[in-house]
Amino acid sequence: MNNILRSEEKAIFALRTLYQQYGYMPFKMSKFEEYEFYIQNKDFLVSDRIISFNDTNGKLLALKPDVTLSIIKNGEDKPGEKQKVCYNENVYRVSDNTHQFKEIMQTGIECIGEIDLYDLYEMVMLASKSLSLISDNFVIEISHLGLISTLLENACRNSNFKQEALGYIAEKNSHDLINTFDKYEIAAEKRDGILKLISVYGERKSVIAEIEPSLKGVADEFLAELKALSDMLDALPFSEKILFDFSTVNDTNYYNGIVFRGFISGISQSVLTGGQYDNLLKKMKRSSGAVGFAIYLDLLDEMPTDRAEYDVDVVIIYDQNTDKRYLAEMVEKTVGENKTVSVQCGDSANIRCKQIIDLRKEG
Amino acid sequence: MLNVALPKGRLGEKVYAMFEAAGFECPSIKENNRKLIFENEEKQVCYFWVKPSDVAIYVERGAADIGVAGKDILLEYNPDIYELLDLNLGKCRMAVAAPDDFYDDGNKRLKVATKFTNIAANYYSSIGREIDIIKLNGSIEIAPILKLSDVIVDIVETGTTLKENNLSVKSTIVPISARLIANKSSFKFKGTQIEKIVQSIREQVKAND
Repeated sequence: MNNILRSEEKAIFALRTLYQQYGYMPFKMSKFEEYEFYIQNKDFLVSDRIISFNDTNGKLLALKPDVTLSIIKNGEDKPGEKQKVCYNENVYRVSDNTHQFKEIMQTGIECIGEIDLYDLYEMVMLASKSLSLISDNFVIEISHLGLISTLLENACRNSNFKQEALGYIAEKNSHDLINTFDKYEIAAEKRDGILKLISVYGERKSVIAEIEPSLKGVADEFLAELKALSDMLDALPFSEKILFDFSTVNDTNYYNGIVFRGFISGISQSVLTGGQYDNLLKKMKRSSGAVGFAIYLDLLDEMPTDRAEYDVDVVIIYDQNTDKRYLAEMVEKTVGENKTVSVQCGDSANIRCKQIIDLRKEG
Repeated sequence: MLNVALPKGRLGEKVYAMFEAAGFECPSIKENNRKLIFENEEKQVCYFWVKPSDVAIYVERGAADIGVAGKDILLEYNPDIYELLDLNLGKCRMAVAAPDDFYDDGNKRLKVATKFTNIAANYYSSIGREIDIIKLNGSIEIAPILKLSDVIVDIVETGTTLKENNLSVKSTIVPISARLIANKSSFKFKGTQIEKIVQSIREQVKAND
């Protein structure tokens, strides 16, 4: 049966099992939310273009462009308890390429509560395990927005500088970042630490060793968090696939700590994005913190797969003179032999098959 | 195999010479024929010529692992890629130009003709000026002469074309040059080969400065 499932369907099945093993409960939500809710939080969305429509009572509703917002909205803070949910939902967003709406299958998990080191570890560990279920050739890269923000704010308080610099760090664009240093007259001794966020990436321990000198006394707390997380990840069987790379930069209005994304060889963009987003909960007047990730299953279509040579094993062709009971018996016999079968009336050149049984000849 | 998208034309030839000097030569590319794809199995590199404005798309979508695109194209289309190096080639600037005697008194909406609508919109939004964008695909210089627009936003290299049409640069928006770009996913899985190329080309750029 595994052979007839598409990579997306296989992934959904395997991932749901994985998340439930670690106590993440399925969360089913409505396809619609009030339009106003998304407008209030539009900065958190990938795009502010939303499909909206009027409900029968005139209320303006929207087709979900995002899952995380709905989960947070529907939860409540319970001191000492962590809400752990997994989901598998369609979201509706505008495609960057066609500029038309498309339906995207998204699966993911969220942990909401007082987030500590173990929660961050569990999230990165499950992100890695998720990708390992899809492909052997994957990479998870971790960044830290608290660390990047502190380093940038320590160099210049101007928020425009921070935004421009974040953009260049995301592009690994050191040449334009240096021009920005000149534009905002950043002190020479503060430049090196920021430039290292671009030039240093890869194996976790060597990254820490290289960035440590420029972070001491500036972002000690965040550096310690990265180190502790890295030490915990050492025990994982695919630990070497989990790297540090500070070019992962999510919106700092919502994300505040560890952020990460995952890549699979053969897929041109990141298939997994996630991170700690306490700031979003604060904005919603909640006292909890949160961390989570989403996997974009539609991107799995890009994975190189062997094209099936045949559509079905057997095509059975009949005509009006064929004994229909005999035809039914033939079909059941073929299926009973564990073969797939397509019954056709007349020639069916478009169906690729291993064998044709032509009952017309047999009368 | 590392797939490299090069922009067709003189810039692409200069860029290929840099890859060749970096030790990633592909002799068949110099043969005089109409082929567009050239592969060197031994060096594990494959080059292809594409329209300069399409390089970023090939790289963003992963058909090419790396490529060379103008900063104008990157600013206009904002592709999700890594911009690894400024090659200091194809240097020019994105500028606002207008008839020599034009003066913007700010009294009415400014009509801007351009091929680069996003760059123009972002620039005027950054200075808080209300504009009306007129998208053109070529011969932008004649727009203000025929009163189709007040100003143009376009690439200026030497300024000769502007001069011959009695136009002059009123302000520079951003300097432009060719950039070495990489697909983000390819950078994770072919990083060693990409870094080797980047390192060698970086040294060549420094030496040429």
